[in-house]
Amino acid sequence: MGNGMQAGMAGASDALHAEQGRPGSESFRLPPGFTLRETRADGSQEYFLNMGPQHPSTHGVLKLVVRLDGETVIEVVPHLGFIHRAIEKMGENETFVQYIHLTDRMDYLSSHINNLCVCMAIEKAMGIGVPERGEYIRVMVSELQRIQSHLLWWGAFGMDMGAVSAFLYGFKEREKITALFEELCGARLTMNYFRPGGSNADVPADFLPRIKEVLEDLKFSLDEFEVLLTKNPIIRERTVGVGALSKDRAISYGCSGPVGRASGVDFDVRKHDPYSVYDRFTFDVPLGKNGDCYDRYMVRMQEMRESIRILEQAMAGFPEGQYRSKEKPNYKVPAGSYYANVETARGLYATYMVSDNSFKPYRIKSRSPNLSNLAAIGEMARGGKIADLVAVLSTLDLIIPDIDR
Amino acid sequence: MTALREYPLNHPVGDFIRGLLPSPWSAIANGALAVALMCGLVTVAAIGLIWLERKVCAHFQARLGPTRVGPFGLLQPIADAIKLLMKENIRPRTVDGLAYFLAPLLPITGSFLVLAVMPFDHDIQAMDLPAGVVYVVAVSGLGILGILIGGWGSNNKYSMLGSMRSGAQLFSYELSMVLCMLLVVMASGTASLREIVLSQQGMVWDWWIIKMPGAGLLAFLLFMISSTAELNRGPLDLSEAESELTGGFHTEYTGISFSMFFLAEFVNMFASAGLGATFFLGGFLAPQFGFAPLDNALFAIPGVLWFFAKVLGLIFLYMWFRWTFPRLRIDHLLSLEWKFLLPVSMANLLLGATLVTFKLMIP
Repeated sequence: MGNGMQAGMAGASDALHAEQGRPGSESFRLPPGFTLRETRADGSQEYFLNMGPQHPSTHGVLKLVVRLDGETVIEVVPHLGFIHRAIEKMGENETFVQYIHLTDRMDYLSSHINNLCVCMAIEKAMGIGVPERGEYIRVMVSELQRIQSHLLWWGAFGMDMGAVSAFLYGFKEREKITALFEELCGARLTMNYFRPGGSNADVPADFLPRIKEVLEDLKFSLDEFEVLLTKNPIIRERTVGVGALSKDRAISYGCSGPVGRASGVDFDVRKHDPYSVYDRFTFDVPLGKNGDCYDRYMVRMQEMRESIRILEQAMAGFPEGQYRSKEKPNYKVPAGSYYANVETARGLYATYMVSDNSFKPYRIKSRSPNLSNLAAIGEMARGGKIADLVAVLSTLDLIIPDIDR
Repeated sequence: MTALREYPLNHPVGDFIRGLLPSPWSAIANGALAVALMCGLVTVAAIGLIWLERKVCAHFQARLGPTRVGPFGLLQPIADAIKLLMKENIRPRTVDGLAYFLAPLLPITGSFLVLAVMPFDHDIQAMDLPAGVVYVVAVSGLGILGILIGGWGSNNKYSMLGSMRSGAQLFSYELSMVLCMLLVVMASGTASLREIVLSQQGMVWDWWIIKMPGAGLLAFLLFMISSTAELNRGPLDLSEAESELTGGFHTEYTGISFSMFFLAEFVNMFASAGLGATFFLGGFLAPQFGFAPLDNALFAIPGVLWFFAKVLGLIFLYMWFRWTFPRLRIDHLLSLEWKFLLPVSMANLLLGATLVTFKLMIP
């Protein structure tokens, strides 16, 4: 029995090989959209490498089909959809409020900010106002979320560059913010905290002192991080001039967030289309010049410091009062289409909702920053080495569930 | 310069066996004893190093490391070893059978052979070859061969990339490493590891790292860099490069065959640190500072302990490198060797020759 099964499986596998063919054989087929150059005079040939869907540095189930000449990358084609869960379609079967928690599962490192975007769209539709305290909570929580996302990115970047310890250092700092969130809303990753008109619950009594503590620690660790990686000559050598993306190309790919800003695209939703109470705080939008991996790195490092600035101002002016305007379990959204956009840790995230005057959305579309950012990878990685591709992938800071949705 | 000596040089155990058995049998018994001792020592050392690496790494990363298995997690490597041995040894269908089988055996063999000439103490050395340095360089090449064959035989693109990288990397870095060793050989006038150690007798400043002003320290630094590359350890672990090549040359290896590569890395690290200690830090000699009470106290500690202390110090350095620095890129790595390390070690060799010729040593 066992032997028979083995023989059967081997037979199936052989058939598969025969169908795909081996390089050089007549039946050999390339992945769609690819052409392989002729074998050169010295007998060398380009080849394909499947990076992913299981690969340490794709950080999720992203598959990159890479055309290589030795170690030099000639072409990168991302293959998507391995973690497609049809979140937007699922949203059509949930009420508006129930849809909020689904957005946690998109960009799970910006789940608060995603939730906020949906809430803002519903608020626009229903004309709900948010009390002052609620707005401040939103800004503070969003900025904490941005910092913790960047901290995780910093650690993962270090690991992709081979400095494995950095991963733990990043996580160690992130953990403090995650603990804060846990006390705030009971969740550490998928928050589901914001609601139309404010948030789920008021902040705990020791919220401000704890943020203060976290920020003090963070300022110290950020200085340490700069010593460990930013000033490291190996990191500089591996990132300066690597994976450059010009401003024009960044705009045409629709890159936003730190990726776009590193290329010099001066666009930050918080600054240029201010939502919540962001227009009350002074902060800078860090910009890069060359759009290389180093600029993307630096933009994120500076963004963390800017977020600290915003948080300090928000803490100083944190008002008393209500955290939510009016609690309602459901919203019957009038017919029409509604749009809201926010700046997540990765860029422009937008929700477009169409309602047919019911409790459930008729159609939902999310604009995720990662998909557009990923689109530029082919251009960034072309001509570099495999290690550069990893550096590019790492500084793009992709969250694959946000791409596939 | 001495001819091939019968082991052990003048160790009481060896003398006892020589007194017990007639001539050819005593040599065989002593040889067998030496091999058994070396195998046991290396296995214990490797297991200790695995524990040390996990602990050192953990503390660098603000963690505790293994604490559950045995006191301070000391039995963790044994649990790891049992796990690796129990695992199914998966052999992919498309590999080249002979190469795939042979590859894990070569690096571990190479590192064991290096240890055969390692002077652990005055009278603890399996074999004192007059051309010990040449022998060390020759047998350590087996490791490179193992990685090349393993990567090629695995029939996997990641493995092939890893092994091609390691081919380029290890052959290049061997040059500057050999030049650093050559400096000491030139200064001490012998290629036997035991004689090299004995040439450093005296005070601490008679060790080659200090005795040759400038050149010794530079050679030591170059040796540490190039031996890190030879060991395939971070930041120069390009043939493994986990974040790029998943597992590099050992992507397709599991269970016992993977653990052979793994063990070889640790034994190699031990051997490399042993060479560093032997060449530059006075091997098994106790440090002497010219202050009689302290010197006597230090001298009372057996040489083998001094040797292990120095080796562990260097190994800690290797671990420190690995858990701190990011990885270099392959082209940067090669230009670092060919455009910087190799010219510098050449120049250093010339400097050393000048020092030796004109006797410009620290007295």
